[in-house]
Amino acid sequence: MRLTQGAFSFLPDLTDEQIKKQVEYCISRGWSVNIEWTDDPHPRNVYWELWGLPLFDIKDPAAVMFELAECRKANTTGYIKMNAFDASIGTESCVSSFIVQRPSYEPGFYLSRQEVKGRMLAYTINSYSTQGKPAGERY
Amino acid sequence: MSQSVSERTRIKSERYESGVIPYAKMGYWDATYTVKTTDVLALFRITPQPGVDPVEATAAVAGESSTATWTVVWTDLLTACDVYRAKAYRVDPVPNTPDQFFGYVAYECDLFEEGSLANITASIIGNVFGFKAVKALRLEDMRIPFAYLKTFQGPATGVVVERERMDKFGRPMLGATVKPKLGLSGKNYGRVVFEGLKGGLDFLKDDENINSQPFMRWRERFLYCQEGIQRAMAATGEVKGSYMNITAGTMEDIYERAEYAKDLGAVVVMIDLVMGYTAIQSTAIWARKSDMLLHLHRAGNSTYARQKNHGINFRVICKWMRMAGVDHIHAGTVVGKLEGDPLMVQGFYSTLLSVKSEVNLPKGQFFAQDWASLRKCMPVASGGIHCGQMHQLLNYLGDDVILQFGGGTIGHPDGIQAGATANRVALEAMVIARNEGRDYVAEGAEILQEAAKMCGPLQTALDLWKGISFNYTSTDTADFAETPTANV
Repeated sequence: MRLTQGAFSFLPDLTDEQIKKQVEYCISRGWSVNIEWTDDPHPRNVYWELWGLPLFDIKDPAAVMFELAECRKANTTGYIKMNAFDASIGTESCVSSFIVQRPSYEPGFYLSRQEVKGRMLAYTINSYSTQGKPAGERY
Repeated sequence: MSQSVSERTRIKSERYESGVIPYAKMGYWDATYTVKTTDVLALFRITPQPGVDPVEATAAVAGESSTATWTVVWTDLLTACDVYRAKAYRVDPVPNTPDQFFGYVAYECDLFEEGSLANITASIIGNVFGFKAVKALRLEDMRIPFAYLKTFQGPATGVVVERERMDKFGRPMLGATVKPKLGLSGKNYGRVVFEGLKGGLDFLKDDENINSQPFMRWRERFLYCQEGIQRAMAATGEVKGSYMNITAGTMEDIYERAEYAKDLGAVVVMIDLVMGYTAIQSTAIWARKSDMLLHLHRAGNSTYARQKNHGINFRVICKWMRMAGVDHIHAGTVVGKLEGDPLMVQGFYSTLLSVKSEVNLPKGQFFAQDWASLRKCMPVASGGIHCGQMHQLLNYLGDDVILQFGGGTIGHPDGIQAGATANRVALEAMVIARNEGRDYVAEGAEILQEAAKMCGPLQTALDLWKGISFNYTSTDTADFAETPTANV
């Protein structure tokens, strides 16, 4: 399966040139960019690992691209995404997010159904990547 | 003492002598009135009966929507009536429309019960709309004071929290309404939900008139939809939802359906505007308590919002619904099959999404409005739109919108998943092109063609719906021409 979280997952994986243009766009809007990585892409895993702090007050996209390269070196096989934050009043939240690295094999998720009351089912989604494997051994 | 007691105590003040005097003279017109920050302001488009002076007509509207009745009553003197009387304070001719006037009216905040749309609307759009002295009357805009806004919950979830919950950032969201609207069994209905979500949409949606009919009772629909949603989530790794319509004949039924949806794990439910302001407010409070997104379909609005001379402008409905506490409202597409002049629609979107907004006459915003930190309400664009219009949709409507392609998804010749994928690819291609600085509006068709080279379903959709547009003149249009901004 292909994990389709993020703004551009239905397009071919972004090249570094394309990623840099998105970073430029974010910086031009006054947003700060941060990099996050994970080996558990569960749709409700909202806290991927931070690659350092969000890059506040960075004017040159090269600084972001450098950190991306460093993050890739440390995480050669997992998922990496870039987020942009807008601190302005009324938003104060993430305003862009897109995947910039994914594993070559994406096993996806298992949907477990538990019959509960009447016809109602209790659903649970599990990441295959995490099944029985501790962090660091999943991809 | 020749006089009787009733003669002796009769009121001597000219103002309060029994009889009929013009509303303007009764104190409902005050051209020198200084608007207070706590006043509720309303702007009416007034078409007076022939021979009725526009100032008198506006004063009459102020009177009839606040304290007045047709004749003088002495019991006014037992109240602080000068405070409670609404004041008409300004009348402007409508540009290029000789028989219509814009009348501005200020209302004391204490005329209205805190946190009650039913109460404020019973005054502002109550008896006055049937008043004989005006031939037609339209409520164009309102300024709700900060203090009064603070007595309303506002959107249960709001745009920012919705995006965090749904994990969707940096692009409009995508939806579709299940079609055909009526007649599918629960199992077939859930199939459409599954296919659309798996293909790439964020939301599917019940139609406004799907409640609990003989061909599909609501439990069947909810159970099968949730199965479709969960399957699609597992297949894509994304958070997804389907607006389950919980509209019903009684509040008890609405709460029962709402609780059932919550127990199933639904992230969003929907209601229809026709169920009424109080029911909407109640459901919004339930939604906030239940961590539930609340979608509102504006069913019924065009019966009073569409004609320019009479009724309520939809921007007022947007304001009221943001106060009432819904998270989504259908607010127009510009390019689709339903009514919507571009400037008017942008005015609606601004009303739903602004933190503060200024006067903008071309967009029909007659008052500045501070939203008092009420959350933002997500506009929904639905009705006759397709992926070939993606550049126009992004240009007119921006990022904070849910684009709903019903026919444009389910009508795809290669199936619902293919239709959904075509829409998602078209959207992502357009957003990335815009962010990269391309002139995406001018090059829209080209950008879509490039994207279609690696997405067969998009090519099929572009070929099929090529040239489909709904070019009818809007009935609700701007009265003020846009003033070109001077180049500095």
